[in-house]
Amino acid sequence: MSDLRELYQEVILDHNRRPRNFRRLDCPDRTCEGFNPLCGDRLTLFLEMDGDRIREVTFEGTGCAISRASASLMTDALKGKTVDEVNALFDRFHQLLTSDPGAAPDTTGLGKLAVFAGVREHPSRIKCATLSWHTLRAAVAGGQTRVSTE
Amino acid sequence: MGVAEATTTPTFDAERVRGDFPILRQQVHGHPLVYLDNANTTQKPQAVIDAVSDYYASDNANIHRATHLLSERSTRAYERSRVLLQRFINARDSHEVILTRGCTDGINLVAQSWGRTHLKPGDEVLISWMEHHSNIVPWQLVCEQTGATLRAVPIDERGELRMDEFERLLTDRTRLVSIIHVSNALGTITPVAEIVGKAHAAGAVTLIDGAQAAAHVPVDVQAIDADFYAFSGHKMFGPTGTGVLYGKAALLDRMPPYQGGGDMIASVTFEKTTYNSLPYKFEAGTPNIAGVVGFGAAVDYLNGMDREAARAHEDRVLAYATELVAKVPGLRIIGQARAKTSVLSFVMDGIHPHDIGTVLDNEGVAIRTGQHCAQPVMDRYGIGSTARASLAFYNTTADVEALVRALHKARELLG
Repeated sequence: MSDLRELYQEVILDHNRRPRNFRRLDCPDRTCEGFNPLCGDRLTLFLEMDGDRIREVTFEGTGCAISRASASLMTDALKGKTVDEVNALFDRFHQLLTSDPGAAPDTTGLGKLAVFAGVREHPSRIKCATLSWHTLRAAVAGGQTRVSTE
Repeated sequence: MGVAEATTTPTFDAERVRGDFPILRQQVHGHPLVYLDNANTTQKPQAVIDAVSDYYASDNANIHRATHLLSERSTRAYERSRVLLQRFINARDSHEVILTRGCTDGINLVAQSWGRTHLKPGDEVLISWMEHHSNIVPWQLVCEQTGATLRAVPIDERGELRMDEFERLLTDRTRLVSIIHVSNALGTITPVAEIVGKAHAAGAVTLIDGAQAAAHVPVDVQAIDADFYAFSGHKMFGPTGTGVLYGKAALLDRMPPYQGGGDMIASVTFEKTTYNSLPYKFEAGTPNIAGVVGFGAAVDYLNGMDREAARAHEDRVLAYATELVAKVPGLRIIGQARAKTSVLSFVMDGIHPHDIGTVLDNEGVAIRTGQHCAQPVMDRYGIGSTARASLAFYNTTADVEALVRALHKARELLG
């Protein structure tokens, strides 16, 4: 099971068991619901903005270990970031997940999010890791209140 | 039930049968493949693979429309499959067997051809909470088009159809009843003959979705008396992209074509086209000829075995799996109908089905996780998804033991 430990790193298991920022906000500026119809996973993101900057971000919902840990680590990583910084971070995160699993992962600037490098070996799980991010992008862009992976 | 009992069926030798399925001989992630995703699609015996390959190597030509020998052979092989399938479901006549792309295609055919011409505002179509999306969405579409209303019969906690509710919802407004024969999400076998009898007494037309049934329970369309019965080739050891819509000739004759094109016409002029007779009226365009030939080979293969013994073996393996899997800590089986076949759906405390699926795959055990195209079933049990192990006759008690070992690993890693 050694290679599965690459996927299910301790940090991921910990964030799955005890997700951070796992609550709703009373007066969010924006909310968005993300849905993966293949798994039945759904999560709701709550955002408080300070102009162009994310002041607070939380989530609720059900999902697999990868999607819960990803949402948890994402919310930790985003507080205080501007929309442009968030978009740049997501691009780097997405590049990591879809990069060649044979090559060494480029985790520059990703901080704790680098623990998801193991997802590269499991293409069917990429959507689990990105569900919260797609939901976030829709939330910060405004307008859309529901996104789906399919 | 013990291991010994499950492996000593006198007339069915699962190990020998496994030898007919070349795909089962491989290793996955360093473990022997344990294929428990048969409700998704079944594997193909060498005889089916050879039939498809030999067809392309020796007989390939279009059917029903050329004067050369290859076309004759091709047509003969295609029509031979139709007759085999007619006998397989005990239809009165081979022209009641429409060859389709699959079960979904057959249900859509009835929804559009029969439904659009017979349904009107105030009419009702009755399905159940246990339906696969392919027996929900086609009716939603035709209800939108015609103004008819879709109603669904609830299921109880065991996963059985609520027959009291069925009788309550079946009224003089019900024009069509369409019910699944075996639930792909729960394994429940529904009392189709009783359902059809009651629906007919209420004046409704009936369709049975047999996708999950055809490989696991005997299907006799005359005994069931359904007006339509749809199923797929790929869930009964045949190629993907093949299926059957059985329909009573009296109904099919009066229905307009579903799709227009070649082969489905008698004569075409710009003023007026007349349609071909059954079954060709519903088979527009060049079909999946090689697939249908392979589908026939799958029926030949099934006819060559003691199917009752195969079914008894499969039932014993399911009982063994149910007993062992239920002992895994924190595991709950979803769907415990008294009449059940081939499917074991479950959830585990604190471990999401998708994670179970990944751990099992790493151990060589292939299952499906998710909603199984049956979201209302998941909603009924208040869960997002399940893990589902589903059997065919080539599965053994050893497969079940590999499944249970892998479930313990999932608990160890993620619990």
